[in-house]
Amino acid sequence: MSVPSTARPGARLRLAALLGPPMVWLVVAYLGSMAVLLVSAFWSTNTFTGAVVPVYTSGNLLALVTDPLYRDVTLRTLLVALGVTVLDAAVAVPMALYMSRVASPRARVALVVAVTTPLWASYLVKAYAWRVLLSPTGPIAWLTGGHSSGYGIGAVVVTLAYLWLPYMVLPVFAGFDRVPDSLLEASADLGAPMRTTLRRIVAPLVLPAVAAGSIFTFSLSLGDYIAVTIVGGKTQMLGNVIYGQLITANDQPLAAALSLVPLAAIVIYLLAMRRTGALENV
Amino acid sequence: MAQVAARRDVRDADPATPGIALEGVRKTFGSVVAVDRVDLEIADGELFAMLGPSGSGKTTVLRMIAGFEQPTEGRIRLAGIDSTDLPPHRRDVNTVFQDYALFPHLSVQQNVEYGLTVRGIGRAERIRRAGEALDMVRLAGVGARRPDELSGGQRQRVALARALVVRPRVLLLDEPLGALDLKLREQMQVELKAIQREVGITFVFVTHDQDEALTLCDRLAVFNAGRIEQVGAAADVYERPQTRFVAGFVGTSNVLDGAAAAALVGRPGVFGIRPEKLEVLPAGTAAGGGLRSTEGTVAEVVYAGSTTRLIVDTDAGAALSVVQLNADTGPAALRRGDRAVVAWHPESVRTLESASPTPPPEGSA
Repeated sequence: MSVPSTARPGARLRLAALLGPPMVWLVVAYLGSMAVLLVSAFWSTNTFTGAVVPVYTSGNLLALVTDPLYRDVTLRTLLVALGVTVLDAAVAVPMALYMSRVASPRARVALVVAVTTPLWASYLVKAYAWRVLLSPTGPIAWLTGGHSSGYGIGAVVVTLAYLWLPYMVLPVFAGFDRVPDSLLEASADLGAPMRTTLRRIVAPLVLPAVAAGSIFTFSLSLGDYIAVTIVGGKTQMLGNVIYGQLITANDQPLAAALSLVPLAAIVIYLLAMRRTGALENV
Repeated sequence: MAQVAARRDVRDADPATPGIALEGVRKTFGSVVAVDRVDLEIADGELFAMLGPSGSGKTTVLRMIAGFEQPTEGRIRLAGIDSTDLPPHRRDVNTVFQDYALFPHLSVQQNVEYGLTVRGIGRAERIRRAGEALDMVRLAGVGARRPDELSGGQRQRVALARALVVRPRVLLLDEPLGALDLKLREQMQVELKAIQREVGITFVFVTHDQDEALTLCDRLAVFNAGRIEQVGAAADVYERPQTRFVAGFVGTSNVLDGAAAAALVGRPGVFGIRPEKLEVLPAGTAAGGGLRSTEGTVAEVVYAGSTTRLIVDTDAGAALSVVQLNADTGPAALRRGDRAVVAWHPESVRTLESASPTPPPEGSA
């Protein structure tokens, strides 16, 4: 929205009063804390007391690149985030298609409620529910005759995919809902069977919505550090490595440096998704 | 587009078979009867209009011909073949949608090529035929643009080109000019007629605008409450309306019934007479030979440029609407409150069926 340059001074003042507080919040509290994070990644710790001292060092960032542990954890975390996103998309797309195009209005409401209700339950409870489900003596092991994969990276992917599913279903559902019926009819009218219509018309129009959903599933998975400690067994992800540096090792500058990895990953991911038109869909 | 015309001659083997035939077609949505036992035949190459107020079932009939809706009862034959159960993509019929339904993620060129692409036609031929179709609707050169970069009139031409490029036997148009402004609408009416002549296929269009139906079509069907009230050539339906509804919906009519009808026409019944068939003269003037006349008071004078409309409250009780062509440049001779004589030729009076044929049992608005 553009503000006319001929706006009266009073109008400009009112606009400033309206936008001022949120801008202060955004710049000072929101971006400011990020800036502190960035700066503190270059600080050192006193080796005796463990206190943070504002003395420049590039050691933290160098450790990220050189230490094979951090490299592996970064790679594993990216793979988990990608796996969660793919799994959520695979579940959400047919589900959202059914909700918007096939289900009766009553069934649609029921499904939207079913998808969103778990958002009201505590994260911890849901993660522990999966711990119970996946336990070596739990229901899944019992049903499959002891063939549960148990805790580990697979369990992390499944649990996170469960936790973030609503963030994928809702935008994709809205995306399908935005495709006018007349486009599907026009495609059929011009000789396309249903499968061709889905591939040539529906898929390209819904792709930005899937990309929008994936921004949530990808970034939420990238930062998660709780589910992995509950169902991940010995699996380490960036989140809990950062947590360990911060709480256990008391090395805040290294934790800050580690935090820059998911931050960079998300910025790159957002830039990639912008090309699909996803950012107009969030 | 000479090839298109030639191809049609080959395909139309049996001219006796109607291009479209509806037999006892009925469509209900829940308890609402949208279309009630419609029988209709449309010949190959006709420019046919389905005219009616909104909710009269005309669009539902169009959608059943296209295959988007299944009739509850009855059969639909296309070129003699029972197509009632064929899905839209298996019918030799294409539609220009009311909202045009252009694919927003494809360029104009890709939109027009779509029907050829999904049929697996090679790239070179696609480009050639889409180019021809865009030429025909006078849109050469916009192929690279996206639909949202076009004006409403251009979008409609793209929709037309997209439907015609696959060379259907029948083209269906749902309120084709509804979204255009008046000037553009008049221009498109002429163009649609020219394109129809050029490709020589059947055009069936739906409209609620009686002017549009009369100017554009060869024949028309007037729909009311899910049924067809009258089918015929445009001039025929206008000059000889059979029912009260048609007399009132296609153009305007003075409908006379009861005591006023008996007094003015000379026999009981329901009658219609067009405003332009009436002549209004100052009081005391003798009407010409062979004309019937009545006296009354001018209740309203509405000047509308080329014509003037007068409402005359006749002494017999009916208010008559009279339209006079403003051929003379002088001021209107009659003013509000003047006494006047209204005269007409007895043959201009049409006897109407008092009501529509049986109204449908349930409320179908």
